[in-house]
Amino acid sequence: MIGQAVNRVDGPLKATGRATYAYEHWEAGQPLYGFIVGATIGKGRITRIDTEDAERAPGVQLVMTYLTTPEQGPRDESIPFEYWRAQPVLTGPDIHYYGEPVALVVAETLEEARSAADLVEVEYRAGRGRFDFGEFEDVYIPKTVNAGLPTDTAVGDFDAGFAGAEVKVDQQYTTPYEFSLPIEPNACMAEPRGEDLVIYVSCQITDAARDSVASTLRMAPERVHILAPFVGGGFGSKLGIHSETILAAFAARTLRRPVKVAMTRQQVFQLVGMRPTSSQRVRLGAGRDGRLSAIAHDVTMHTNPDIEYAEQTAATTRSLYAAPHRLTSHRLTALDLPRGTDVRAPGEAPGMLTVESAMDELADALRMDPVELRIRNEPTVDPERDVPYSDRHLVDCLREGARRFGWENRPATPASVRDGQWLIGYGMSAAIRGHFQGPTAVRVRLETDGTAVIQTDMTDIGTGTYTILTQVGAEGLGLPLERVRIELGRSDHPTSWGSGGSWGATNSCTAVHRACMTLREKLLDTVRDDARSPLHGLDPANAVFSDGNVGTDGASEALGEIVARNHPEGVEAEGRTLFMGDDPNYSAYSINTYGATFAEVGVDADTAEIRLRRMLGVYSVGRVFNPKTARSQLIGGMIWGVGAALEEEAVVDPRSGAFVNRDFAGYLVPVHADIPDVDVVVLEGYDDKANVLGAKGLGEVGICGSGASVANAVFNATGVRVRDFPVTIEKLLPGLPPMDA
Amino acid sequence: MRSFTYERATDPRAAVAAVSRSGAKFISGGTNLLDLMKLDIEDPSHLVDISRLPLRDIEELPDGGLRIGAQARNSDVAADARVRTRYPALSEALVSGASGQLRNKASTGGNLVQRTRCPYFYDTAAGCNKRDPGSGCAAIGGFNRIHAILGASDSCIATHPSDMAVAMTALEAQIELLRADGSARRVAITDFYRLPGDTPHIENVLEPDEMITGVLLPPPLPGRQLYRKVRDRASYEFALVSVAAVVSTERGTISEARVAFGGVAHKPWRSVEAEDALTGRPATMATYRAAAEAAMRDAVGRGHNDFKIELAKRTLCRTLAQAAGAS
Repeated sequence: MIGQAVNRVDGPLKATGRATYAYEHWEAGQPLYGFIVGATIGKGRITRIDTEDAERAPGVQLVMTYLTTPEQGPRDESIPFEYWRAQPVLTGPDIHYYGEPVALVVAETLEEARSAADLVEVEYRAGRGRFDFGEFEDVYIPKTVNAGLPTDTAVGDFDAGFAGAEVKVDQQYTTPYEFSLPIEPNACMAEPRGEDLVIYVSCQITDAARDSVASTLRMAPERVHILAPFVGGGFGSKLGIHSETILAAFAARTLRRPVKVAMTRQQVFQLVGMRPTSSQRVRLGAGRDGRLSAIAHDVTMHTNPDIEYAEQTAATTRSLYAAPHRLTSHRLTALDLPRGTDVRAPGEAPGMLTVESAMDELADALRMDPVELRIRNEPTVDPERDVPYSDRHLVDCLREGARRFGWENRPATPASVRDGQWLIGYGMSAAIRGHFQGPTAVRVRLETDGTAVIQTDMTDIGTGTYTILTQVGAEGLGLPLERVRIELGRSDHPTSWGSGGSWGATNSCTAVHRACMTLREKLLDTVRDDARSPLHGLDPANAVFSDGNVGTDGASEALGEIVARNHPEGVEAEGRTLFMGDDPNYSAYSINTYGATFAEVGVDADTAEIRLRRMLGVYSVGRVFNPKTARSQLIGGMIWGVGAALEEEAVVDPRSGAFVNRDFAGYLVPVHADIPDVDVVVLEGYDDKANVLGAKGLGEVGICGSGASVANAVFNATGVRVRDFPVTIEKLLPGLPPMDA
Repeated sequence: MRSFTYERATDPRAAVAAVSRSGAKFISGGTNLLDLMKLDIEDPSHLVDISRLPLRDIEELPDGGLRIGAQARNSDVAADARVRTRYPALSEALVSGASGQLRNKASTGGNLVQRTRCPYFYDTAAGCNKRDPGSGCAAIGGFNRIHAILGASDSCIATHPSDMAVAMTALEAQIELLRADGSARRVAITDFYRLPGDTPHIENVLEPDEMITGVLLPPPLPGRQLYRKVRDRASYEFALVSVAAVVSTERGTISEARVAFGGVAHKPWRSVEAEDALTGRPATMATYRAAAEAAMRDAVGRGHNDFKIELAKRTLCRTLAQAAGAS
């Protein structure tokens, strides 16, 4: 079952509209509707807030402001991860960023709530905000960067190594604010049930949501029940819960009625956080043979002053290439903008975009094939941690990708190949991403009818969790797929780290596999001692679980019969995956996924319009649970990279601190017509250091470097190097050739 | 709650009468108006649905032109064999706009009067003289990458987003209007739209008691028609710059030309300056360059949109080269 291209088991539910999302639950009956009122200044203080007209408006049940919000638990920074901390809202008169919630209006209908929201009168005294990243040069050094990684690293003597290099690249790159923007906006319905709260919320980690709601509302965690059976995408923006959940929960507790709150798309841009904008200096020093002697990656990015977020943008640079002299650093500039947060492939997405562009610049300076340059710098051990790699196949990805793509046809000289009006270019990039493991528990129960039920608080955010857990459960117990039922997204189930960091699949599949193995042992113990079983006294070593039966040569019995006779309530087992810090493999080895992306673009010689012509990604991710869902994840990641290279950019108006282009008309992402031909190849693999199943996470490695392959192709097509991402028409136009007849 | 009443008009004169009352607006495909209502930018108290009026036909005119009913859907006009054969620039412009789903809903009349896509127009907290006269223009000094380079004012630098209207401008269309008293008038499309001046909220010459009933296309000029739309992504984005061109050449000399730009001004921008620079000149890149310079002589960038001036020139040159080369 594992490794087969099984169709999504939840596909029919989704295709027929029976998969129920947070805002769509009706179990609690007719809910009330909340609408968030946002600040219309970016920094300052509320001097007067008048809710009288809003409260008198038709249908209005409640208007909450900082003056009326119950006491909230504080954000406790001793809790190691932000997503588990309290998230107080409406905390006082101070405005920290544009759009910050200043009120919640709850009414009988959404239209009434929205209309009354306009009647909340707020007067402000605007302060002088810091909104423009380019304007401020003061930086500070964070204690650590995201995921607890070190802020700075140094190996060897970079200055000397770089000074002595024969060929150097020293360039400054910038990357913009970017958003996760799943199709389903952040949404929540909170239902009071006695002293408990049932919270239907679009989230990636139900355990974090429970802790966060409980500590903010000063409730016991066991009184908060998070339900997230289906989630319409997250990409990091739902790792934690946001103001919609806290406000809905408070309103529901106050009114003793179910209350739901969804953000508008424009609010999503202001209220959930974004990938920080960054300025990155990349220095590469190499010999004429292309061997790197020195690598430095220095990153400055924005952070919210109150809620620090330092994206680990230079972190993958530490493991990518060999070089004796190395330096990485992260610095922060505090701006009065929404918090930075994890947006798919945090760190790697903006970091590899620039480092892999710089590698292309080095290849150009050396007049060397960019594939060959990377192969020459393949390390034998992780160059900063000084531990072996568990299962590194970057060179295989590079070679296989080059062969399949026809890389040998690459225009050797930039701006040398035309196809009609199109300037044609090829580009490539390497990819690396750390593989993470987090604590996860699952429960597998075999029912008396021979059906297995697998329960965990893990989520399926559209990635295919339901499907792969079905496969692993079916293989683990020797059941047909239709006899395995998966129950996800309930915080009352055994706890996982949820979906995020590309860890969800391996965490939960490993735990399911272990639970199934334990359950097998229980069943074998049962039949061995069961005189009524044809398998009485069997040797467990010879037992085979298959097609709903367990047997040895000659004898077999249906699992359901064994359970019915011996365990009338069913029989269950738990399986666990350890935190990576408690698993010695993760300190003894550098465990990563790898890839190589190849892109061909056309650039209109007259207008500088850039169009992708084809793209190939070759990946090494250990063992794959399901080639179909894996392919979707990887293709989605590669397309994300195309968007980062060419389209995505949220623009702050430096006068107000507001995002100007806060909808899908102004914030461009690739549409179907932008993506003509994208293919993915996954190399056969098994990483025995990662986990017992040999699998690694692949949700984000598709983004790593894929944008750089596109940007490098643009350079190859035009000879113009754009270092201010995204690469758009106005940045290329001045470098285009004059128009001929 | 913003309540409004709705009626479905059954004949054109009654529709015009119904819309004459204060706060009333026509609705047809609703592809623009409904969004604006949801975002609190339009706030009509009464909607007169004109989508089912008998104005959907595309008819031959005695002079060899076509009359497109105001309620003809964008997708139907784009697919019409006569439009595709005789007015290919119009068909190309239509299919380059919006998405298939939107084109199936959007009407010809509605397309003509769609509102700007300026993000500050959409942000009710920002100053916008078009949305809220007298409140200022946040786009000036703000993020103005998609904004006008021609014909703008200190009150408004918004652009008109239509592709269709740009092709119709190069094709010298006339807009047919009906009054409640049954009288009709025709307005050349270039006169239909207004520049922003200090009243950017008044975008065209439609009177409160008038309705667009159709668009009249005169017989096409001989020669090649092209519509070229430039944008960041391949679909579903408004034009940064677009060009509609009709070029007639005789033995290497341009005998007649019509040129209109989209994405550069408050209205589809007919460039008589470019046309004059082309007429009687050899069909060469030098001529096209001269026409482009003439067209953009008065262009003014506002910062982020400075590149549009060069982009418009280059797009015009290439479009003319393609049109003249094949005529």
